[in-house]
Amino acid sequence: MSQFFTYAILTATVASALGVAAPFLLAALGETMGQRSGVINLGVDGIMLLSAFSTYYTALKTNNLFFAVLVGMATGTVMGVITAFISVTLKAEQGISGIGVYLFGLGFSDLMFIKLVGTPLPINTLNPINIPLLDRIPAVGGMFFKQTVLVYAAFLLVPVVTFVLNRTTFGMKIRAAGENPAAADSVGVNVARIRWSTVLIGCTLAGLAGAALLMYDGIFQENLTQSEGFIAVALVYFGAWRPTGVMGGSVLYGLAIAVVLEWKSLGIIPLSASDLAATAPAVITILALLTVARRFRQPAALGKPYERGG
Amino acid sequence: MSWFALPLSLVVALLLGAVMMLALGANPITGYNALIVGAFDGSYALGSTAVKAAPLLLVAVGICVAFRANVFNIGGEGQLAMGGLASSATALALPNLPSIELIPLVLLAGAAGGAAWGAIPGAFKAYFNVNEILSTIMLNLVAVQVMNWLLAGPMVDKTQNSTYGLIPETKLLPRTSWLPILIPNTQLHLGVLISVIVAGGVWVLLYRTSFGFRIQSVGLSREASRYAGMPVKRTMTLAMTISGAMCGLAGALLVFGSISHRMVTDGSLTGFTGSDGFNGIVVALFGALNPLWTIISAFLFGGLLVGGDALQVATGVPADMVTALEGLVVVFVVSLEYMRRRSRATSTAPARSKARSAPSDEPLAPLVSADARSDP
Repeated sequence: MSQFFTYAILTATVASALGVAAPFLLAALGETMGQRSGVINLGVDGIMLLSAFSTYYTALKTNNLFFAVLVGMATGTVMGVITAFISVTLKAEQGISGIGVYLFGLGFSDLMFIKLVGTPLPINTLNPINIPLLDRIPAVGGMFFKQTVLVYAAFLLVPVVTFVLNRTTFGMKIRAAGENPAAADSVGVNVARIRWSTVLIGCTLAGLAGAALLMYDGIFQENLTQSEGFIAVALVYFGAWRPTGVMGGSVLYGLAIAVVLEWKSLGIIPLSASDLAATAPAVITILALLTVARRFRQPAALGKPYERGG
Repeated sequence: MSWFALPLSLVVALLLGAVMMLALGANPITGYNALIVGAFDGSYALGSTAVKAAPLLLVAVGICVAFRANVFNIGGEGQLAMGGLASSATALALPNLPSIELIPLVLLAGAAGGAAWGAIPGAFKAYFNVNEILSTIMLNLVAVQVMNWLLAGPMVDKTQNSTYGLIPETKLLPRTSWLPILIPNTQLHLGVLISVIVAGGVWVLLYRTSFGFRIQSVGLSREASRYAGMPVKRTMTLAMTISGAMCGLAGALLVFGSISHRMVTDGSLTGFTGSDGFNGIVVALFGALNPLWTIISAFLFGGLLVGGDALQVATGVPADMVTALEGLVVVFVVSLEYMRRRSRATSTAPARSKARSAPSDEPLAPLVSADARSDP
């Protein structure tokens, strides 16, 4: 009986870890695309807040979850147009303009929430989809194959982004724009256009991440993300700018959160120390950043606007 | 277009705010009128604005120092909390000291708490090349949990009536640690005066001492500073430590200048800081990263934040609009900076050397100069 018990706990912990990890992964994959082309987008958290709200509001009004997620993604795309215009066309300092986008998202999402919704009501969330046959594998099925469509999408995007970055012309141009934009420009790559497209893709994924977070929580509140967008940016560094590394980081982060939550509710971690235990994911990330900074090199042109002849 | 770029971004942001209010069915004239009256009309309103501005000013001045060394401190939120905790713990431990000793002590403790929390990302950046934006954000996440743990555990007020469990807050801090009110019938306390003096002091530090020169030099070019024999890594770490100390001091003001005179948590950093760690970034940018201009900037944004509540009462538009407008100001300031550089490059191309004279004429120079951004 106790063996069954630990089994169930383990399964539940891993399953919820993947659900927690999905928004991080979606946002971080998008950020990876942008950073590989040389653009840091620090506004991810603000974009996630805006899209989480637009998803929430649409779901509340139409009760059409699919449409709501689409609206969330579109919100991300719109913010992508703004972000790309600021960072690529106007060549603004990316670290600071991102903070501006974040503050805008933080304020505006809560403004709209208070004004349009007021009292928070929970929405219906996406039902988990059981993958036929695979979901019947003992333990593994319950961990991996009873998730929502957004979780599957996040993990399926990992090989897709890897393929795009490493095996396509578009990916080669992205990497060239991020490593040596002047050289890329000299062989006819339109650096601005490449960066515009990666920022648009990145912000759309950030929008999807906001929608995924909202679907996981089922309700909106002020500052729903609690810095998740910033963590996603950190996970890109954590994963050394590789989609698989980013996935590893996201799952580890999700696992750390899920384990602390689960163990706290089971009383394995005493309540008095649960706040301290909750620092674990952030501490792990800082330590990982220390290692990565020594071992891996960031894209050479990261954060530097490209000016022709400059 | 140089000097009016900053006011212009605020004006454009406020115009967009008017559009938002119209879209939400509110009258922008009523709204802004309420905001101005709520923030600046009469001694009580002015006092409240000054009290709101004081921690903002300290955070912003700290950000100026870090920015000048080309380190970006967005960990103000965590450093504020650490300062608040360190100063509260000091006051709880020494309840019998007279004001003249206890107040300086708690302020120093606050500065020390923030400094420690700022030194970590500073040293990581300088010695291990860890991106400080990410490490400071992560340390914010650590700080919030530490704060929740301390206020619910070791530092909790055990004397409270606990039918439904203890509220995570300290007991009433000793009366001798309260910041004295300077003008009767307002909230204006000693902290406001202190923050202005500190801003002046930091200006002297940055522009009139060799240490300040070193900070600016490191910010403009690490390579050149190294060739000149400056201790680049130590300077970066110290700049970030000072930045943290300013935030920690601001955290102490938040505790000892508060109306409740306790440190309370609602489980989030914002609940304690009121987002001052982020608002301070806006204030510093709007003050052109100069501690003296930052005094005016802090008062202005303190007014916007105080008046935001009046705006909410008058129009029903939530005060969060001010946060959104702050974001727009930041975006406009950095965007206009590019246009400014471009117009200068085309109009004064022959006289380029003149345009690039002293660093203090180029408020955002550490942020935009290409060689300064390159990591060694």
